[in-house]
Amino acid sequence: MLHTINKSPFETNSLETCLRFARAGHSVLLFEDGIYGAFKGTRFESLITDSLKSKNIYVLVPDVEARGMRTDNVIDGIKTVDYAGFVDLTVDNKTVQAWL
Amino acid sequence: MEDEVIKKFLYVNRKAPYGTIYALESLEVVLIGAAFDQDVSLAFIDDGVYQLKKDQKTSVDSGAGMKNFSKTYLALGDYDVNKIYVDKASLDERGLTADDLMELVYEDEDDDYKEKSSISIVNQEEIAQLMEQQDVVLSF
Repeated sequence: MLHTINKSPFETNSLETCLRFARAGHSVLLFEDGIYGAFKGTRFESLITDSLKSKNIYVLVPDVEARGMRTDNVIDGIKTVDYAGFVDLTVDNKTVQAWL
Repeated sequence: MEDEVIKKFLYVNRKAPYGTIYALESLEVVLIGAAFDQDVSLAFIDDGVYQLKKDQKTSVDSGAGMKNFSKTYLALGDYDVNKIYVDKASLDERGLTADDLMELVYEDEDDDYKEKSSISIVNQEEIAQLMEQQDVVLSF
């Protein structure tokens, strides 16, 4: 299953709730304001690092660059994807759950 | 003008720049307010601090294809909007420092037009005081 997060973790609890319910082996894509959860040094870093032990986490690069954030500051283990990669994720997973 | 009234306006910005329209709308209202020679201050709190992040790139070809309005902040100094307060706690919990922000400057006409920084990194007490001093507070 693919979970998508498009809200800042500082503004809503979508990321935290998603990671609470997503199961091992699931994929989570951070895009739009959701990308703010992907960086080192934030108060969500340990939650992300823990989740990476059992889940795949992706971040959409155009949304990272639009916001002036740096891909080289993304937490180790998160994979970067472009729009084509986003499409691949939706095709490769039978269901997509969008956490709004 | 004899009957000119100057009020203290504070714009409180608490949203990230592109996910919603608040940041862009706030900036538009700030520029309108500045045209009326009011005493304007801006506060950036919570996700609002992301509005000032430098190196925003939104090109249509490779990027998210939205209007990059971050350069407009650089013009605020020319509109005499030079009191920009950024909440330190909000920067800290996002792993950001003052170095991650755009360099917003103005020319101080009372000091031989010397270029000075418009940004002050402040704590919660200073922001609370700032809020208390205002005639009008607009929240975005």
